[in-house]
Amino acid sequence: MKNTVSEKVPFWLDPKKRAILFQIITLCMVGLLGYYLVSNTLHNLEKQSIATGFGFIHQESSFEIGESLIDYSAASSYGRALIVGALNTLYVSFIGIVITVILGTFIGVARLSTNWLVSRLAAIFIEVMQNIPVLLQLFFWYAIFYETLPSPRQALNPITGVFLCNRGVAFTVPKAHPAHAYMAVAFLAGCIIVYLVRRWAKKRQERTGQLFPVFRVSVGLLLGLPLLTWWMAGAPTELNMPKLVGFNFIGGLTISPEFIALLLGLVLYTAAYVAEAVRAGIQSVSKGQTEAAMSIGLRPPMVLNLVILPQALRVIIPPLTSQMLNLTKNSSLAVAIGFPDFVSVANTTINQTGQAVEGVALIMLVYLFFSLLTSAFMNWYNKKTALVER
Amino acid sequence: MEDIIQKTPKEEIKPPVVSVGVIGWIKANLFNGWFNSALTIVTLFFLWKTVPPFFRWAFIDSVWNTTGQVCRDAGGACWSIISSNFRFILFGFFPYDLQWRPLLAMIILFVLLFFSQNRKLWKKPLAYAWIAGLFIMGLLLRGGLFGLAPVESTQWGGLPLTLLLSVFGLTAAYPLGVVLALGRQSKMRGIKTLCIVYIELIRGVPLISLLFMSSIIFPLLLPEGVTINKILRAQVAIIMFTAAYIAEVVRGGLQGMSRGQYEAAESIGLNYYQTMRLVILPQALKIVIPPTVSQLISAFKDTSLVVIIALYDLLKTTQTVLSNPEWMGFSKEAYFFVAILYFLGCFSMSNYSRKLERELSRGD
Repeated sequence: MKNTVSEKVPFWLDPKKRAILFQIITLCMVGLLGYYLVSNTLHNLEKQSIATGFGFIHQESSFEIGESLIDYSAASSYGRALIVGALNTLYVSFIGIVITVILGTFIGVARLSTNWLVSRLAAIFIEVMQNIPVLLQLFFWYAIFYETLPSPRQALNPITGVFLCNRGVAFTVPKAHPAHAYMAVAFLAGCIIVYLVRRWAKKRQERTGQLFPVFRVSVGLLLGLPLLTWWMAGAPTELNMPKLVGFNFIGGLTISPEFIALLLGLVLYTAAYVAEAVRAGIQSVSKGQTEAAMSIGLRPPMVLNLVILPQALRVIIPPLTSQMLNLTKNSSLAVAIGFPDFVSVANTTINQTGQAVEGVALIMLVYLFFSLLTSAFMNWYNKKTALVER
Repeated sequence: MEDIIQKTPKEEIKPPVVSVGVIGWIKANLFNGWFNSALTIVTLFFLWKTVPPFFRWAFIDSVWNTTGQVCRDAGGACWSIISSNFRFILFGFFPYDLQWRPLLAMIILFVLLFFSQNRKLWKKPLAYAWIAGLFIMGLLLRGGLFGLAPVESTQWGGLPLTLLLSVFGLTAAYPLGVVLALGRQSKMRGIKTLCIVYIELIRGVPLISLLFMSSIIFPLLLPEGVTINKILRAQVAIIMFTAAYIAEVVRGGLQGMSRGQYEAAESIGLNYYQTMRLVILPQALKIVIPPTVSQLISAFKDTSLVVIIALYDLLKTTQTVLSNPEWMGFSKEAYFFVAILYFLGCFSMSNYSRKLERELSRGD
């Protein structure tokens, strides 16, 4: 009796079976569409006699790249050219993110300043930067560089050792010396020691209640160890000054106008968004928290460190992550002003080999990888700072 | 008793001069404490060094209505580049004597946007007005009907193209985004996975890679002999991109709905489609109106990327003017003008979004 009813229900009226059927139909349709598009593509590629597959990666690229972090020449392979592009993207994104976070925090704090003038200026900066497309800003900065600045012969020299011209900015840097490598190692060692000291100090405080001047010791280690190494290696002080030879600067460190325009545009645009996130985060901590912390006798720096920041960071980090990702993705606009980032190199590769499908797929994969990497790191950090409920 | 009750008020003691009025305001907002005072002085010095020279460049030493040659001798900004090429920057290669058509289309769009600001008018007639408006705008641009001369889409350009890409982009992406968001919330595993993969894939890559795809790969995907014009291909890429972001915005609204709403809908016997259409979506979409407006702002800004695939939007027409030898070298002025146009559009939208947010949080 009780089973007869359910047995009579036809399968299209049973929600579970209907759901399965619906999913199968949808997936089949997506699959068919994919098959149709792929077969069209293969047919078209064959018709235009374009090769498929990633074989081109080993061929000679025969194009030059203006800026490269690793050895590269026109005789290198496409694969190496793409690696150069990816490294350039990573490089500009990393530096951009670091400067953006610092600048954005400053502007966010300035927005909340009790000083009317400073707070207004910060507000104007935020509004202007957020409401103008980043690509237009990139074009603008690039135009400022190549139209306003003089040629290398009449380069501006605002500070001794720094030259500004339409070929970029040339800095004086210390002359290459093996001591620099040792200093880098010393700095890394310093980082590890600081990490261990912090852990030890925290454990000791939990056990005995004694405080350890972690901050001062950290700064001392991070600055002192490299300096000590430098001194022990014979304290090399020779400088590498940029010199005007012919039409360009030789020596020193020259940063190209494309790189500076890209960095400037990305940083100013994203900093406005970071500033808004920081402002919202600080405002989310109620005034009572500060008062409570003060009433139990914490001094202002400790109030900020132990009470306000941990709570504000929890609100700031999710939007901050998405802004970092935005900066990385927007760095692809480099192609418009001629900085050889990954998209730009891939674009040249596509134009030379005609293998558009592989090229665009590579672009997507690389950015997807960067995005997933950043969000994985930020999720880990977010979990670390997240509220631990009792 | 007599001396307690005061018959005539004593002479009022005025607050000290330094704590009211202009001086009081300056003291409280600019010079409270040594740090703020120093900050104010440094900022004022910085402003003094930057604002007057800029003012001089932009207004006093500038030239407004001359040829490029006169500009080169002037000390200030050359706004002549704008006044001489105004119509080309705004309308691109659209036939010169037919440019009233895109102008009229833009006016229709602005009128519609103006009336859409008022929430009291958000009813069916407005929706019909939008549909009719979009149709008329398309007709005005395209021509070929009612005695309007046809204009090839390759000749569309300038501000109308920018607006077309962003407005049509968002209009088409919105329903798609809602469907994707519902799919992501669905209990059906297959559908859910499909939607998540799509949304995360699109959100993980830059718009420019999608635009490249639209300009190089879309032609390969179609059967032989079938071609779609460049603008439509870019439009499809923008729709695909915006839909993924809209989906995430809508998901925020869907997650804000309490379980009770679903249960109540189920208990009165509504099926999935009815529940969504009559109960969940009307409430969820209302919550997410402000972030949707932000998305419209992003879409408007993002359309500038079509420059890279050589569509003649506002930015590209400006660059075309700049590549003319007569006007070469006046990029600052030209980009300034375009920046002001974009700023006006985005700023008014973001102001509107803030106003809406305040209204909605008040609950009226």
